[in-house]
Amino acid sequence: MKKFRLGQAVVYVVLGLAAIPVLFPVYYGFVGAVMGPGDLATYPPALVPSELHWQNVTDVFRSVPLGRFYANSAVQAGVITVAQIVTSILAAYAFAFLRLPAKAATFGLFLATLMVPWEAIIIPNYLAISGWGLARGGVTYLGLVLPFLASAFGTFLLRQAFLQFPSELRDAAVIDGCGHWRLLWRVIVPLSKPSIAAVGVYVFLSAWNQYFWPLILIRDTEYQTLQIGISQLNDAEAAQPGLVLAGVALSLLPTLAVVIFGQRYIVRGLTAGALR
Amino acid sequence: MPPRTVSAPPDDRVLATGSPRSTVRRRQPARFGETGLGWLLLLPSVAVFALFVFWPLGRTLYLSVHGNDIFGASSVYVGAEHYRDMLSAEFGKVLATTALFTLFSVVPAILGALFVVLLLEARIRGVRVLRTAFALPFAFSVATASVIFAVIYNPAIGVANGLLGSLGFDRVNWLTDPSIALPAVSVATVWMNFGYNILVLSAGVAAISPEVVEAARLDGATGWQLASRITVPLLSPQLFFLVVVSTIHALQSFGQIHILTKGGPDQATTTLVYSIYEKAFAFGSSDFGAASAQAVVLLVIMLACTAVQFGILERRVHYR
Repeated sequence: MKKFRLGQAVVYVVLGLAAIPVLFPVYYGFVGAVMGPGDLATYPPALVPSELHWQNVTDVFRSVPLGRFYANSAVQAGVITVAQIVTSILAAYAFAFLRLPAKAATFGLFLATLMVPWEAIIIPNYLAISGWGLARGGVTYLGLVLPFLASAFGTFLLRQAFLQFPSELRDAAVIDGCGHWRLLWRVIVPLSKPSIAAVGVYVFLSAWNQYFWPLILIRDTEYQTLQIGISQLNDAEAAQPGLVLAGVALSLLPTLAVVIFGQRYIVRGLTAGALR
Repeated sequence: MPPRTVSAPPDDRVLATGSPRSTVRRRQPARFGETGLGWLLLLPSVAVFALFVFWPLGRTLYLSVHGNDIFGASSVYVGAEHYRDMLSAEFGKVLATTALFTLFSVVPAILGALFVVLLLEARIRGVRVLRTAFALPFAFSVATASVIFAVIYNPAIGVANGLLGSLGFDRVNWLTDPSIALPAVSVATVWMNFGYNILVLSAGVAAISPEVVEAARLDGATGWQLASRITVPLLSPQLFFLVVVSTIHALQSFGQIHILTKGGPDQATTTLVYSIYEKAFAFGSSDFGAASAQAVVLLVIMLACTAVQFGILERRVHYR
């Protein structure tokens, strides 16, 4: 018994040591956001704030248009999320319930898109979207979202969910005169909410966190997304880490909320994420 | 304003084709109603994939065998010239950097997460809280995590050098020393991937039947034996999955390199994707032909990884 307790103590100590490098950047990201220059711009830097310097949080809005970046990211990630959910539901229904010629081949084509890294096709996409004039002014939003309105990952995950329904359900609904459209929106979709939420959480996180595409596409600061804005803040205010970390902490709030409140959906989508 | 029109609202034709009359008559092959509805439902996705995946794929191949003027406009057919240019020491270094970055960022993140998840299996209290804590990096985007590490790595006032200083060591130029920059960016990447790995492995552990573990315990298996003989073999699908997904992810890494080092110092952190970015977009460079040839190399490497996933390794993994 005594030996067992000792073993447990060792486990706690080792886990505690392992937690330091994992949690320190989290801690520093938020605590550094309220540290003053006296704590941060000195050597060696303080690990605990000597006073709470909330001014960083208001100053950062003066350094960059953070509110505008926030709104841009919300529009970009919001549109992509809603669009991918809708297009994935429609395609998944066709794959799961309808008899189609060349269905397997078409599904294979969907899955093939998962094997093409976005970075390998980003040049022609950039040439096309900027060539259509979608990299300047208000239509930048369109340029940001257009290539991401459909998702093989979402289609695959929802098809798996839809296939759980017995095929009798489809036949019964059709014979009752319900029709495919009502069957989809009145029966299948309400019963598949957890899977749809899982798709939504993943799509939102990856859209909100996009970096490469907004970086090369957006020309006007007005339409910059939050991730690029944070990176520019870091370049512009490197001498004021408190300000930079305040921007980081503020930009983290939406994803933290999604991860904390959407935790069970994240676990649900984990293995399906295999295909991303 | 958000472009509402882009989400392809369902129109009335869908309702019409979905009406019961067209679908009640079963067993009749090739009923236009069902087929038509099916293609209509697939149309939005197919259109997006055709325009923004398959056509650009062909276009990348096309650009990779064509020259371009200084503004990036495609010009004459140059055959394999861009590919021949890649047989250089410079591009060899890019590939080596990519391989090292992948190795440094994938292996420690998986082994570290496995170590933590196995320790969480020792019957201790507060497992849920600890697991959530270890998974926290998952909530950080590449950009936010990179900026935090940029502050930590700051040579003059960063915490990393502060720690070294208080231990009596000299300062290190984390991001500007050519021999340190790649490991430093890899450490940041390990941190970014750690939370996801914890989540995947925890889900795998949760799926292991408690009876198996209990039976081993009753047979007198110690903690170490339990981990090495039972838990790790039963986690092999998740471990294998993580190896493939993390490798693919590492090959695509871009944000942390752009934020922390911009590919430098002296090309020390220029990976394949960063090299594509530099050739095509950085500093007004518009060398789309050469960049596209490198993009084809990236594509081939990624396809090889996927082939490994479905072909060779999958057979060796213990599946329940």
